[in-house]
Amino acid sequence: MSSSDERRDPVDSSSVSRRSFLKGTGVAGVALTIPTAPGVEARAGAAGVVVVGPEKSRITLNVNGSPRTLEVEPRVTLLDALRNDLDVTGAKRVCDRGTCGACSVILDSKLVYGCSVLAIEAQGRKIETVESLASNGELHPVQKAFVDNDAQQCGFCTPGFVMACKSLLDHHPEPTEEDIRQGLGGNLCRCGTYVGIKAAVAQAATELKKTRVKGGRRNG
Amino acid sequence: MAEYKWPEEGRRKYIGKRISRIDGPDKVSGRAKYTFDINRPGMLFGKVLRSPHAHARIVSIDTSAAESMPGVKGVRIIQGPGTEIQWAMDEIALVAAVDEGTAEDAARAIKVRYEVLPHVVNERDLDKVPAANRRPPTEQTKGDPETAFKGAEVVVEDVYGNDVITHCCLETHGVVTEWQGPNNVLLHQSTQAISGIGGEMARALQIPAGNVEVKMDHIGGGFGSKFPIDRWGVEATKLSKQLGGAPIKLMLERDAELTVAGTRPSAYARVKVGAKKDGTLVAWESESWGSGGVAGTGMPPYPYVWQFANQRTRHNSISTNNGPQRAWRAPNHPQACLVTMGALEDLAAKIGMDPLDFVLKNIELTGVRANVYRDELLKAAEMIEWKKLWRPRGTGGVGSTATVKRGLGLSLHTWGGGGHASDCDLTVHPDGSVEIRLGSQDLGTGTRTTIQIVVADSLAIPREMVKVHLGSNKYPPSGSSGGSTTIGGVSASSRRASIDALNLLLEKVAPTLGTTADKLEAIDGKIQVIGDPSKSVTWKQACAKLGTQPVTTRGKHPGRDNLTSAGVGGVQMADVSVDIETGIVRMNNFVAVQDCGLIIDLKTAESQVFGAMIMGVTFALYEEKVMDDQTGRMLNPNMEFYRLAGLTDIGNFKVHMMTGKGYDERGPIGLGEPPTVSPGAAIANAVANATGVRVPTLPLTPDRVLAALARKGDRA
Repeated sequence: MSSSDERRDPVDSSSVSRRSFLKGTGVAGVALTIPTAPGVEARAGAAGVVVVGPEKSRITLNVNGSPRTLEVEPRVTLLDALRNDLDVTGAKRVCDRGTCGACSVILDSKLVYGCSVLAIEAQGRKIETVESLASNGELHPVQKAFVDNDAQQCGFCTPGFVMACKSLLDHHPEPTEEDIRQGLGGNLCRCGTYVGIKAAVAQAATELKKTRVKGGRRNG
Repeated sequence: MAEYKWPEEGRRKYIGKRISRIDGPDKVSGRAKYTFDINRPGMLFGKVLRSPHAHARIVSIDTSAAESMPGVKGVRIIQGPGTEIQWAMDEIALVAAVDEGTAEDAARAIKVRYEVLPHVVNERDLDKVPAANRRPPTEQTKGDPETAFKGAEVVVEDVYGNDVITHCCLETHGVVTEWQGPNNVLLHQSTQAISGIGGEMARALQIPAGNVEVKMDHIGGGFGSKFPIDRWGVEATKLSKQLGGAPIKLMLERDAELTVAGTRPSAYARVKVGAKKDGTLVAWESESWGSGGVAGTGMPPYPYVWQFANQRTRHNSISTNNGPQRAWRAPNHPQACLVTMGALEDLAAKIGMDPLDFVLKNIELTGVRANVYRDELLKAAEMIEWKKLWRPRGTGGVGSTATVKRGLGLSLHTWGGGGHASDCDLTVHPDGSVEIRLGSQDLGTGTRTTIQIVVADSLAIPREMVKVHLGSNKYPPSGSSGGSTTIGGVSASSRRASIDALNLLLEKVAPTLGTTADKLEAIDGKIQVIGDPSKSVTWKQACAKLGTQPVTTRGKHPGRDNLTSAGVGGVQMADVSVDIETGIVRMNNFVAVQDCGLIIDLKTAESQVFGAMIMGVTFALYEEKVMDDQTGRMLNPNMEFYRLAGLTDIGNFKVHMMTGKGYDERGPIGLGEPPTVSPGAAIANAVANATGVRVPTLPLTPDRVLAALARKGDRA
C-alpha cells in the first residue's frame, strides 16, 4: 500500500488511521520511527501491531506544508500537539471533547476536531490550520467575509468557524440550508455571532464562485 | 481650557458608520493571541486537584506520590487539612509539571481524605430548602398594597423564574504567570480588568503594585466573570516563585469552568399583580428567592422598570453548596425582567388585552424613559408585524397547525451604562502617525475599533494612521470592562486627548498660515483656516512642525462629564413556534430596538445586540446548571449537555438602533448589558401566548413545556 492512496481516502480520519496502523506496520514492539520526509510513513511492512507509548514517541507532522518533528506521548491530541509543542495556537481548546468545533482543522481535505484526533494518528497526513489560509498577506475569501460581516466578537470560536466554513465551501460551493446546517452545526459560539456567520457564508460562497469562474488560484 | 464635545453630524466621517473591527483580520487568521495561547520558554503546566464533595472537611492530604513522579516540578496545597470545603470542585492542590498529561497524572495521585458533610445544591422549591440555608427574609413596602389590591378588578398570581446558568466563556479562566527576578511578576491573564488586577496580585504576593506587569491582547469571553485575580492565579504565581520563577500556564478545564468560575444566580418569585379592567396597573406583591452559592443572593429589582404606587416585595436569600455567583451581563436585570414582564403578560391575557396595548396604556409608569419606550415599542411592533400576527393567548397564532402553535411576546428593559474613569496617552509623531495607549481591554465588543474611530474623527485623519494599544497595565489606567462602562469611558478620554493634541498642533501651524490657533480647524486630513480651504497644510506637513520630538497628551475622563451620560431603554419582541407534541420551541423572528446614545461604530454595536439576543435564546431555551441532590455535583459540566444555541437555532433576527436627534447628543452609552435583559422574558411570553400556558421557570426545555401543557390539560 502507499500512503498517497490513503490521503485520497475521504472516509473518517480516525478509521483511516487505525487501519493504517493495522495494515501498515511491521516492526512489532518498536516505536514508530521518524518519517524522513512528509508523506513517507514508517509503516511499511508485514502485518503486525506497533505498540507505542506510554512514553513519548518522536513523530513528524505535516503542518501547513512544513514537516514538524516533536516528541509526544500517544495520548496527546493533535490539538494539544499543535498548541503546546508546535506553538500553532490558532485552533482553540474549548470543550476538549468533540462538541464545540473551536479546534477544527482540516486533515487531508476533511474537517476534523483536533481534540478528537491523536497526534500520532495525524502522521503522514496533510494538516491545515487556520494559520495557512491567508496567502501573501491576503486573507482567504472566507476570512475576509468573516471580517466584513463582523462574524466574530471575542474571536475564540472564530478560527474553528473559519475552517468549518472553508471546508463547507470546498465541498459544497453552493451550499443549501441543509449543507450549512450540517457543515457549521458542529461549531458553537458564546458571544452570539451567528447572524454575521450566516452572512459571511453567503458572501464567501459568492466570492469563491467568482474566483473559480476566473480560473483563480483556489479550486473550491 | 479646551471645550470637549462630540463633532457635529457633518464632521463625523467614521462615527456612527458601519466599520469592520480592526482586530478582525488577526482573529480570523489565528494571529490573535489569547492568554490560553501564550507559550513561554521553559513553561510548566499547572493542573488542579478539586474536591469531589460539595461540602466536606479535609482530614489529610498526601502529596508524596505526586511529588516523586518524573516530570513533576512542584506541588502546592491550596486548602489544607481542617478546611471546610463549601462546593464541589473547589481547589485543593496545584501541580506543576513539564506537560499536561504528567500534571494531570500527578494531581490524580494526590491522596485526600475528607469528612463528608451534608449539602444543599438546589433551591427551586423554597419549601424544601432547610431552614439553616435560608437567611432572614427582607421586606419592603411602598404605598398601601392591601388597599390597592381591593380596588383591583383583575388579579394574577403565579410563579416565575429561572435556574442558575454559568458564563461558559469559551476561553476558560486562567493565567500564564512567571517571576522575572526575585521581585517582579509577569502575568498573562484572561481578564476584564487589566488596570486593576496587577495591584490585587501584588497585595496577595506582598510586593509593590508596580512590580506586577499584566498583559492581555485578547480575551475569549468574560461576560462579567473575569474581574478578580482568582485564588488559582495567586497560587500558580506562588508556585512559580517556589520553582525559581518558571512560567506556569494554568487554564481551567472545561468542567471547572462551568462549575466554579461564576454563575448567574437563580431567581424565583411568587407574584401577585392587579389591574383595573381597562388595563390600568394598581398594585404588585412578590415573594422571591434565589441562590448564588454559599453567600446567597440579593433581590433583583422587582418589579422591573414599572413603578407601582403600591407594592410589597419580600426576598429570601438561599445559601447553597454551589460555586459562587459572579456578575453576569446585566446582573439581576434579566431575572427581574423575566418575572415582571411574565406577570404583566399574564395579567394582560387575563384581562383580554393585547400586551402591546397594555404596556402602552401604562407606559408612564416606566418613568423618565416613557417616551423612548413608546417610540421603541411602536418601532419593534412594526418590524415584527405585531398587529398583523398577534392573536389572543392560546387561540393559535397566525400559521398555527393542530400541533405547532405560534405566538408573540414582548419585553422592555433598562440599564445605566455610564462611562468609567479612563486615562489615555495619545502620541502624535512628526511623520503624522498617531498612537494611543490605554490600560483597557477589548472583550470582543469593538473597544479597539471605537477608540480608533474617535481619534481619527477628532483629528480628521484616516483611521489607518491611528494605532491603538490596549491590554497592558503599564498604559494609563482605564476602568474594568463591566456594566457597559467601557465605551463611555474610553471614547471620552480618547476624544479629550485628541482635542488637546490637535490644539497643540494648531498652535504650531498657526504662524505658517499667518493666523492664530483659534482660527484653525482640522478637516479631511488637513489643517486649514476655518472655512477657507485655500489656506491649509496637510496633516503630515502640520506634524512635521513638531521637529524630531513627538507630542503626547494625556486624556482624562473623570467618569462623568458632558461627553457621556447614562440610562438607556430597549424593547424586544419574539415570534416563536411551539410543537405541543414534542415541547420543542423554535424561534421564528426576533427583533430588538435599542437606544445607546451616540453610536461610535454601528457595525459592532449591532453585533452586540445580535449577540445578546442569541445569548438570550440560549438562556430562554437551553441553559441550566443541573445540580445533583445526591452527590452535590454538577451533572452537565461540559458542552454537550450544558447547551448553547447553535447556528440553526436562532431564526430571523432584526436589530434597530435608535439614533439621531434625542439620542446622539447624549454621547456614547454602554451597550453590553441592556440587550441581554429582555430575551428571556420576550421568548417566555411568546411561548405563553402560543400555548396558552405559562411555563414557570426557564429554560423552556421540551420536558417543561410538555409538563405545563399537561397541567393545563388536567385543569381543563
